Amino acid sequence: MFSERTLREVEAGKKRWEKELEKGKRQKAEKGRRFSTVSDLEIKSIYTPEDIKDLDFSKDIGYPGIFPFTRVCQPTMYRGKEWTFRMFAGMGSAEDTNKRWHHLLREGETGLSTAFDFPTLMGYDSDSPRARGECGKCGVAIDTLRDFEILTHRIPLDSVTTSMTINPPASILWAMYLVVAEKAGISWDKIGGTIQNDMLKEFIAQKTFMLPPEPSIRLVSDTIEFGTQHVPLWNTVSISGYHIREAGSTAIQELAFTLADGITYVEDVIERKKMDVDSFAPRLSFFFNSHLDFFEEIAKFRAARRMWAHIMRYRFKAKDPRSWWMRFHTQTAGCSLTAQQPYNNIVRTTTQALAAVMGGTQSLHTNALDETLALPSEFAATIALRTQQILADETGVTNTIDPLAGSYFIESLTKLMEEKAWEYINKIDDMGGILAAIDKGFPQMEIADAAYHYQQQIDRKEKIVVGVNKYVVEEKAPPETLRIDEAVEEKQIARLQKVKKERDNRRVVQILKDLRAASRTDKNLMPYVIEAVREYATEQEICDVWRDIFGEYRDPGFY
Amino acid sequence: MVNSGRRIRILVAKPGLDGHDRGARVIARAFRDAGFEVVYTGLHQTPEQIAAAALQEDVDLIGLSVLSGAHMYLFKRVLELLKANNADDVMVIGGGIIPEEDIPKLKKLGIKEIFLPGTSLDKIVGWVRDNTKPRC
Repeated sequence: MFSERTLREVEAGKKRWEKELEKGKRQKAEKGRRFSTVSDLEIKSIYTPEDIKDLDFSKDIGYPGIFPFTRVCQPTMYRGKEWTFRMFAGMGSAEDTNKRWHHLLREGETGLSTAFDFPTLMGYDSDSPRARGECGKCGVAIDTLRDFEILTHRIPLDSVTTSMTINPPASILWAMYLVVAEKAGISWDKIGGTIQNDMLKEFIAQKTFMLPPEPSIRLVSDTIEFGTQHVPLWNTVSISGYHIREAGSTAIQELAFTLADGITYVEDVIERKKMDVDSFAPRLSFFFNSHLDFFEEIAKFRAARRMWAHIMRYRFKAKDPRSWWMRFHTQTAGCSLTAQQPYNNIVRTTTQALAAVMGGTQSLHTNALDETLALPSEFAATIALRTQQILADETGVTNTIDPLAGSYFIESLTKLMEEKAWEYINKIDDMGGILAAIDKGFPQMEIADAAYHYQQQIDRKEKIVVGVNKYVVEEKAPPETLRIDEAVEEKQIARLQKVKKERDNRRVVQILKDLRAASRTDKNLMPYVIEAVREYATEQEICDVWRDIFGEYRDPGFY
Repeated sequence: MVNSGRRIRILVAKPGLDGHDRGARVIARAFRDAGFEVVYTGLHQTPEQIAAAALQEDVDLIGLSVLSGAHMYLFKRVLELLKANNADDVMVIGGGIIPEEDIPKLKKLGIKEIFLPGTSLDKIVGWVRDNTKPRC
C-alpha cells in the first residue's frame, strides 16, 4: 500500500515519537498496564502504515459490492437502502405478540422478528408436562396453525419480511408461515424472511436442541433445498455467531465457529442434495453479535465478509458473485447489559448499534434497556427502535460507505481477526470438521474458558462494568417491567384442546404416518410438514415423530 | 450435624427448557476452583431429575439457574420433591433473571438465597462457605 520511501519516513517518525514518549511523565502511568479489547486481544498504542504495508487495496479492501466484499455487499449500501430496523419481539399469547408487532410497525420498524417461548423452541406443546411454567414466558407460544393465524393477523406478508428465531422445529414454523401466506392468496415467490434454522450453533452455544446432530443437519438441508426450489426470497438458514458470543466467546471465536458452521452446511447440501453451490449459496444468511468493543466489532464484521468471500470462491468454487457475499443481521449484545442502573443500557446499545452500522449490517435489532430484567416493555422497546432511527436519520454515519476503511488500526485489526479465525478454522478442519469438534466438546470448552476468564477479569476489576464493579450506587426501584400473566398458559392450553377437537383427526393421523414413513427415507420432509400444519397438527405431534425415530440429543454438560 | 471433614458437595442444575447455561457453567467452575465438589446436571432437567440427582449424589447444596421466567414453578417444584423424599435438609439457592419482587416469595418457599446478575463469584463462593456444612 505504501512506497519504500514512505515506510522509511514512517519508521523514522516512529523513532522520534518514541523519544518524545521517554520525556513524557505519563509514560509511567501507561507502563505495565495492559490494553486489551473486551475479548482480551492486546491493542498497541498506535498504528501506522507499517501495520498495513502488506495489504493490497484491490485484493484486500476494494469496493463495495465487489469481491472480496470487505466494504459491504451492496454497491450503494445505506445510501440506496437503510438497514432493516428489525426488532425481536414475542411474548405471551399470539394476540399479545401481534399487538406488539403492529405497535412496532406503526413506530417505523421495517422488518418483523419473532421470539418464541421455550416450549415452542424445543418442540413441545403448551400442554406438555415439560412446558409447565414456561408458556409465553420467553416469547410467544405457538402450538398450531391457529396460533400462527392470530400472530400474523393483518400483517402484510407480501411487503414486510419476517425473521423467526426457531431451530429444531424451524421447518414447522416456516410451514405455518407458508400456509398462512397461501391462505391470504400470496404466492410463495412473493414472501421474504428468515428462519434461523442453524442447528450447529445450538450444540455449540444456544442449546435449544432436540435431535442428534445428523438428523438435525438433514432437516436444515431439507429446508435449504425446498426454499431454493419454491420460496426463492427466503433465507432458509441464518448462520449465527450471536449466541456463541452470548455464551461467552471472544470475537475471534464467534467469527471462526460461525464460519466453520457455514462451511458444514454448504458441504452437507452439496453432498446430501447434490445441488450446485451457486443454486443455494446466495440465500445463505448470517447473524452476528455487536458487543461493547467498538473497533473490535467493526473489524470482525469486515473480516467476516472477506473470509466468507474467500471460502465460497476458493474452497467451494462458487462462480456467482452473490454466492461470495455475506449478508448478515446483527443484534446488540444482550450479555453486556446490566440489571444495575438499567438506563445506562441505552448508551451501551447505542454504541453497539453504531458499530454494527459501521460494520455494514443489513438488518439490526437493538436491545431494550430492561432486557436484562424481563422481556421488553413497550416503552423500552420503542426507545430501542428510536436508537436505530436516530443513527440512520440524524448522525450522518450513512452518508459514505465503510467510513473506517483505510484506518491503520481498523485495517490492521481486521487482518488480525481474520488470521486468528483462520487458525481456528484450520484446527477444526484438522479435527474433521465442526461436527467432530462439537463431539469432542472443543468449541464448547473454548467458549467456557473465555466466559470464565472474562468473569474473573470483572471480579478482579481488570475489566470494568459501570454500575457493577465501578460507580456502584444504591439502586433505586427498577423500571416497571413486563410480566407474563400466568393465565396465558391456561388460555393457550384451552385453545389447543379446542383445535384438536375441531380438526379432522383422522386426516392428521394419516399425515403423521406419512411423515413418519418419509422421515425414514431421504425424501425432503418439507411437503409433509406443510401438509401436517395445514391440517392443524401440533408442533409437538410432528416433533414427537422425529424424536421417536431419531432419538433425542442430551446435553453433555461440559463446563 | 457432624462435620466428617468431607468437602462441600454441590449440584449445579438447570431446570426447565431454558438453554442459557453461561452463568451455571461459570459458577460450576468457580465452585470447583474454590475446592467444592461439583456435579453439573447439564441442561433441560425436570425437577424430578434434579431431586433424584441430589439424592443420588448426596449433595449438601443445590444451585438452580433459571433465566426463562419459569422460576416460580420450577423452584417450588424442586423444593416439594426434596421434601417428599425427606431431603429438605439439602439447601437450595438460585440465580438468574429473577424479578426483585419474587425474591421474598421464593425465600418463603424455602430457597435460602437468590443471586442476581452482577454478583461476583467471590461473593457467591463466600456465601456457600459461610452457610453450608457438609452433611455427614
